[in-house]
Amino acid sequence: MDVTEPGLTYLDHAASTPMRAEAVEAMMPYLSELYANPSGSHRFARRARQAVDEARDTVARVVGCHPNEVVFTGCGTESDNMAITGAIARHGGVAVCPAVEHHAVLHVVEQLGEPAGERGRVVGVDRFGRVDLDELAAVLDATPDVSIVSVMAVNNEVGTITDLAQVARVVRRHAPGALLHTDAVQSACWLDLREITPHVDLLSLSAHKFGGPKGVGVLVERGGPKVDPLIIGGGQERERRSGTHNTAGIVAAAVALDLTDRERVGENARLAVLRDRLVAGLEDRLDGVTETVPLDHKVAGSAHVCVAGIESEALLFLLDEADVCASAASACASGAMEPSHVLAAMGVDRTTALGALRLTLGHTTTAADVERAVDVIGASVDRLRNRATPGTARSAS
Amino acid sequence: MKVMCAMSGGVDSSVAALLLQQAGHEVVGVTMKLWGGDSDTGCCSVSDVDDARRVAQQLGIDHLVFNFGDDFDEHVVAPYVDAHTRGVTPNPCIECNRSVKFARLAERADLLGFDAVATGHHATIGRTTDGRLTLERGSDDAKDQSYVVHMLDQAQLARTMFPVGGMQKVDLRALAASIDLRTATKPDSQDVCFITSTGGRTSFLGDRIPFRAGTVVDTDGNQLGQVESVELVTIGQPGGGPKRYVLDVDTEAATVTVGTDADLLRGELVVDQMSWIDGAVDGEVLVQCSAHGRALPATVSADGDTIRVRWAEPQRRVAPGQSVVLYDASNTRVLGGGICRRT
Repeated sequence: MDVTEPGLTYLDHAASTPMRAEAVEAMMPYLSELYANPSGSHRFARRARQAVDEARDTVARVVGCHPNEVVFTGCGTESDNMAITGAIARHGGVAVCPAVEHHAVLHVVEQLGEPAGERGRVVGVDRFGRVDLDELAAVLDATPDVSIVSVMAVNNEVGTITDLAQVARVVRRHAPGALLHTDAVQSACWLDLREITPHVDLLSLSAHKFGGPKGVGVLVERGGPKVDPLIIGGGQERERRSGTHNTAGIVAAAVALDLTDRERVGENARLAVLRDRLVAGLEDRLDGVTETVPLDHKVAGSAHVCVAGIESEALLFLLDEADVCASAASACASGAMEPSHVLAAMGVDRTTALGALRLTLGHTTTAADVERAVDVIGASVDRLRNRATPGTARSAS
Repeated sequence: MKVMCAMSGGVDSSVAALLLQQAGHEVVGVTMKLWGGDSDTGCCSVSDVDDARRVAQQLGIDHLVFNFGDDFDEHVVAPYVDAHTRGVTPNPCIECNRSVKFARLAERADLLGFDAVATGHHATIGRTTDGRLTLERGSDDAKDQSYVVHMLDQAQLARTMFPVGGMQKVDLRALAASIDLRTATKPDSQDVCFITSTGGRTSFLGDRIPFRAGTVVDTDGNQLGQVESVELVTIGQPGGGPKRYVLDVDTEAATVTVGTDADLLRGELVVDQMSWIDGAVDGEVLVQCSAHGRALPATVSADGDTIRVRWAEPQRRVAPGQSVVLYDASNTRVLGGGICRRT
């Protein structure tokens, strides 16, 4: 079953990757005949409950934790929010994160306390977007009551991988009482989660980033409850996260995660070749294309370049017209592109950052997609550069 | 034609998109994100963007959001704040039209292969027998917005469309209602988008500039009292006693001069930064000094991009910074406009 729209060159897998056909198939019965509430006490409910339990086992196996440590949530953002606000609610103190975190972490940390931000500390990063470990150590030393440190495993905009073993060493030494959380939402397709989990106390996942449905997240709490729940009610998920289980979504998420894990090594190799070809193709085709982070510092599915002399908002319009789906930075509530906080933190100047283009590959990406993307992007950038007259290609001064 | 329709989420631009579509144009709706701070409609006016997007969806046209926040800050908000420190009263909506809608957005549209930019302004673009473009008042006298788009020149007019300019507002709303556009009964926006009704101008400026207390004097220099902030005083406003009006504001000396209505009368004014619809005009014209003010007879003489306006009858002093727009004797056609000088 091909779930991708024909004719579309889809290079926005970091925003959402198409659902695995197997996952769609797996969720169907729970959207129709198996509708019972898994928390019910009859045999019909027990069938649904079994499906959720088995999904939990699968997730635990791929993540490398005990099934009791898996909490199903409503999305990756909820998992991140629960980790940070739940830690502060339970332990008080201060939360720390690097400046390139997804807003699901960063905005929470920036707004902690009264006045807002009083209980949050934001740490700088290097030019690749990795947390500055010396600065992190210094902040932890200077802040005695840090209760949680949150560092993403893979950056959603530029694809940079952070070595969480290193981060963990710093956190354990300089803030032995603090929890370490990682937003691993962009990691599942590319990294072996079993190698990350041992270093952290809390880990967030989002199903639609690895071929599952939207509306399902995971928060792994190693060693049992570490933080207060965000959603209180019927006591589902061992009182970690109330609310009726999204049975269909949870089942599909587990199927997708399992498939992704089994194919991960092969897909990494396949997509790294295509990604390298994509970046090399753009660099050959166009002047003024700068790779934001070297390929060996980031995941195989991520290409991020800054194109000189154009604005990505205009470029994305032309790509959209030509049926190429790509992105630039994160969008605000109105849908407008915001200047990237990630690139700003990495020290990329604002004018360069205005030409940012993120192309992310995934399980449906083919060599033909890459070829077409290079052609279309090349032609579109040429067109923008040729039409732009002095004074119109303004920088955002 | 391929037309980019600026959609604010209001009924006028909704109907503009509809009319363009009905006329057979290829239409793409664009909402500009201009202001990132507080506004009466929420951050980035999200609910207005939602309305624009939903109207576009109903019409079956693409809808995009462009972020021109940096341009808006630089060309509209910063000059607005700066003007108040100098005792000048700017019109930010006109600056937005000049620097953002008919500059930045129009350039973007051109870059992306569009033939024209359309907006929901109540003004009309015509053509003379010898092929020159004209800018005229909107058909609905009460809604006419030709004053705020007076800065367009021939090249800009050629790439601009005002689809609703020939409509009466009541008909426009009826048309919107007839196809159930969600914006059909949405109230017209009244005020500057970045000034909230709760905080007002005082709180907006107070967050950005230090206010200076000032001395109120009469025309002979006698001290009459104090004002808390000279930056908030506008020429012509009542103050300083019964039947007294502000004649002048000197922010540097922190002095507000007040006098009678008669003291406020002036025989002439000087207008800078003139732009012309189709070349400079001298002689007898009608002159309008606010968005909904009356156009009054005067004689103008142009000198470069400055003009001198001599009123037929003395008029109350126009606050420096205000846009002054010239209309032809029939009071339909815009000739040009500029900014009232501090004299």
